[in-house]
Amino acid sequence: MTTADDGAALARYCLALGDDALIYSHRLTEWMTRLPELEEETAVANIALDLLGQARMLLTRAGAILGRSEDDLAFFRAGHEFRNVRLAEHGDRDFAELVVRLLLFSVWRLALLEKLAGAPDPGLAAIAAKGVNEVAYHRDYAARWVMRLGDGTALSHVKAQAALSALWPLTGELFRPDPDAPFALDRAETDPVLDAVLSAATLARPQTAQLGEVSGRAGRDGVHTEAMGSILAELQSVARAHPGATW
Amino acid sequence: MSESGAYEIAAGTPDPELPMVTIGDLGILRSVEPSPDGSVTVTITPTYSGCPALREIASDAAGRLRRAGFGPVAVTTALAPPWTTDWITPEGRRKLAGAGIAPPSPAPRRDTGPVPLTLTAPPPPGCPRCGASGAVRTAEFSATACRSLYRCRACGEPFEGMKAL
Repeated sequence: MTTADDGAALARYCLALGDDALIYSHRLTEWMTRLPELEEETAVANIALDLLGQARMLLTRAGAILGRSEDDLAFFRAGHEFRNVRLAEHGDRDFAELVVRLLLFSVWRLALLEKLAGAPDPGLAAIAAKGVNEVAYHRDYAARWVMRLGDGTALSHVKAQAALSALWPLTGELFRPDPDAPFALDRAETDPVLDAVLSAATLARPQTAQLGEVSGRAGRDGVHTEAMGSILAELQSVARAHPGATW
Repeated sequence: MSESGAYEIAAGTPDPELPMVTIGDLGILRSVEPSPDGSVTVTITPTYSGCPALREIASDAAGRLRRAGFGPVAVTTALAPPWTTDWITPEGRRKLAGAGIAPPSPAPRRDTGPVPLTLTAPPPPGCPRCGASGAVRTAEFSATACRSLYRCRACGEPFEGMKAL
């Protein structure tokens, strides 16, 4: 809403969206070889690849302002310097959590990217416009699975509802006002799509409390869950063991 | 050397993942601009944000131009407007079908407003082997981000189809 010409704000914002994609992509690739069917394995791998591509472009855009490379930003920042929302770093405990989290994340990210396709910065606008088609496909893939599990067997319904309840506390943070964002996004704007899926899936929208902030700070401010340390330890290990290596 | 000559050479670069088609066929090549000093600027666009073939495509196209006698080749990437399967040429579609990959249907067009949610699978393409309609989509993704997997009900064969984007 403000700071349209503020390069520092643009860099922070691109970093935030890039970190969401990078950390979530890493979490999805942890599922490789562990999914119930080969078809879902290729689906999740491709979704992770799309997000990794978005992360690279966003970190490159931020890095152009900050004077750092995409690799430098991905591999040589500490946990408190990452700006991803905490939903991105959650470790899915079963397939229901995988598809429910993908639905929550994609519904939100798609709404953001659709707005950002009209962002004042042409670089960010182009990255966002490119991502819209990809994330729409991720959202619809997740929505069909959530519908299948929620409206499936008694057991799959219980697991889908449990996943939704477990992840719901992480959604409040997605809609915190962000002074760096060119456009505001209110939860009410994403409710129609989410409610349509939950209704088709016979799932109840949780009323549970949201994960709190720490002294008013959350993922965007570098405050993360305990998982972040082990995520970065793996994600950054090769680059840190062999700095500057190329192949 | 002529501008059209440089374009044809770059356009003939095979796609690393779909070598039966070229980057010209797929609409990945956006422009080729030779300068009077012999240098050439090639502009390509990624199909998907994470397409891992893009770097190889850039290096292959530059190599083809250099071998053809052009001077320094610079390859740039353009993101806007975003690539769409509607840019695949009729020749590209024919080659894909010939290789057993169903060409994409026209890309979904939106006027304004949010991308509509689709809770049911889109209509399947015709079978590239026997031509029958009514295939079953067995997976929404395939070996690459740009394809889905189907099985023909008539001939029983599995086949890939390009996602309409």
